[in-house]
Amino acid sequence: MVPIAYYLVLSAILFSIGVAAFLIKRNIITVFMSIELMLNAVNLTFVAFAHHWHQVSGQIFVFFVMVVAAAEAAVGLAIIIALFRTRATLNVDQVDLMKL
Amino acid sequence: MHLVLFFIFGGLCVAGALNLLLQHHPINSALSLIVVMTSLAVLYLLLGAEFLAAAQVIVYSGAIMVLFTFVIMLLNAGEEQRTHGSKAAYVVGFPGAAALLGILVYIFLKQRDHLGSARIGGYLVTTHDLSSVLFRDLLLPFEVTSVLILVAILGAVALARKEH
Repeated sequence: MVPIAYYLVLSAILFSIGVAAFLIKRNIITVFMSIELMLNAVNLTFVAFAHHWHQVSGQIFVFFVMVVAAAEAAVGLAIIIALFRTRATLNVDQVDLMKL
Repeated sequence: MHLVLFFIFGGLCVAGALNLLLQHHPINSALSLIVVMTSLAVLYLLLGAEFLAAAQVIVYSGAIMVLFTFVIMLLNAGEEQRTHGSKAAYVVGFPGAAALLGILVYIFLKQRDHLGSARIGGYLVTTHDLSSVLFRDLLLPFEVTSVLILVAILGAVALARKEH
């Protein structure tokens, strides 16, 4: 028996670490990975509440989040490759202007 | 048993996430993120979401993280450069994240008795349950996501292509 609250606390911890990594990391790929970490933390909340309410909808929502995350990763990494090709850097502080 | 498994894999999750935050090389961060995602798959199994646990391993720690490591190796990403262009991120980042964590943990632990507890096998969602909802009630959203994936493939190819 594990209280549902423990699962929610774990997902809050993971989400906060994701927020901190998003704000502090300077490598654009690591920033992108911390977004994935936040998505995973929210997914854990959905699954925990699906267990609590005995509803399938929460798990369906996680399924859709996974699909969107996969699409986002593909497009985001393509943008990173295009960015690296024009600027030759991965540091977010050097790519803070839209134009070259 | 359930509590022991929860603490082992929850601890692995937190350790992996902290390692992501503390490592300076992106490949180390990527590998620790794989640890987080695989441990989350075990937690999904504990909550009775067997299909999602499999999908988590295949989609997240399989496909997405392979894509990440592939891009890291392709771009030959080295150690993270420490730049000082973002004092606000340091000033707001850690306290903001800590405040968020504090508020959420306070609310969850306060509502602990109302939320009840989870047992292994207490609520098991089989692939049959999931697919009957997904393909009967939510067929249109499902088809829309397949179009979304198609658009994402085209967008990724168009973006990553060499310009002539």
